Amino acid sequence: MTGHRMRRASLSALAAAGLIAAMAGCSGGPGEQAAAATQAGPGGPFRLFDTNGATVTEQTLKGKPYAMFFGFTRCPDVCPTTMSKMALLHKRLGADAEKMNIVFVSVDPEHDKKEDIASFLSMFDAPMIGLTGSQAELDKMAAAYKVYVERVPLPNGDYTIDHTARILLFDREGQFAERMDAAEPEGRAVARLKRLIHA
Amino acid sequence: MTYRMLLTLAAVVAVPASAQDVRSGSLTVTSPWSRATAPRATVGAGFLTIRNGDAQADRLVSVTSPRAERVEIHAMSMKNGVMRMRPLANGVTVPPQRATTLAPGGNHLMLMGLKAPLKAGERVPVTLRFARAGLVTTQLVVGSAGAAAPMGSHEGHH
Ligand SMILES: [Cu+2]
Repeated sequence: MTGHRMRRASLSALAAAGLIAAMAGCSGGPGEQAAAATQAGPGGPFRLFDTNGATVTEQTLKGKPYAMFFGFTRCPDVCPTTMSKMALLHKRLGADAEKMNIVFVSVDPEHDKKEDIASFLSMFDAPMIGLTGSQAELDKMAAAYKVYVERVPLPNGDYTIDHTARILLFDREGQFAERMDAAEPEGRAVARLKRLIHA
Repeated sequence: MTYRMLLTLAAVVAVPASAQDVRSGSLTVTSPWSRATAPRATVGAGFLTIRNGDAQADRLVSVTSPRAERVEIHAMSMKNGVMRMRPLANGVTVPPQRATTLAPGGNHLMLMGLKAPLKAGERVPVTLRFARAGLVTTQLVVGSAGAAAPMGSHEGHH
């Protein structure tokens, strides 16, 4: 493919994206959509539901910074360890704790019903928002949030889910700030969250 | 991570004489523990250290527990920030004169089809089958949901 044809192909792809955005009734014009598509950071629109069944979108979360983790309730190690660490950090934030949200997104809609997610999050001593949605919606979100998720069948007939185990931090506008490792030393992690809260 | 590895090493070297430590021939199983599970959870994890004082290698082949429909031996890996968990079809080998630790972030026992949630403070019997040492029964001491180490050690809770 020549450079010229390549450019034309990508231009028409952008035009198509703009058209789709316009058809979907997005507020941003085609130019804005194209700019968003080339953005490096994870994030973007999603439509999930919480443990009460209420719809939650990226708009719902705006107003406070948030730490978001993707996992599944039958994950025996990384998920509980990470959420437990988040609960601990939440405590360490003291008066700042209520100025941010902790969000857990289950990427196992096949097993995790809202009750399972509520049950899982009840183990941790901090308020947490538990979300999930349709497989299609979660697939879309995983791609936009650059989170690796793969359902892997096991010999016993069951399955497990390989998934990104890093925490994504977003500012109060819902803009991606940075990734955080659950193993990050407590002091540094708290400093990071405080920066986000007081930004 | 390094801190955890140090602690693991310390646990292997010090061998705390706890009530849950069991011995079968030259094989010793120490610090067996687990984490509390959610009210609706059907899976749980198990961790422990196996010391092989023998001149020949042994192998943890399979595990059972009256609390679970089945127990699998799993490996967990973290690569480029992605967590993967897989059953170890051949179990876990314990080299001669060495210790192997099943610990968070790595190999673990996976209790599947829990008949009731695991509660902090309780003890969960598990029977380990070794290729050479045969059956060894011990009890996993259940810690908190996010425990990073067995109860009594100080990691994670300051
Ligand atoms: Cu497992």
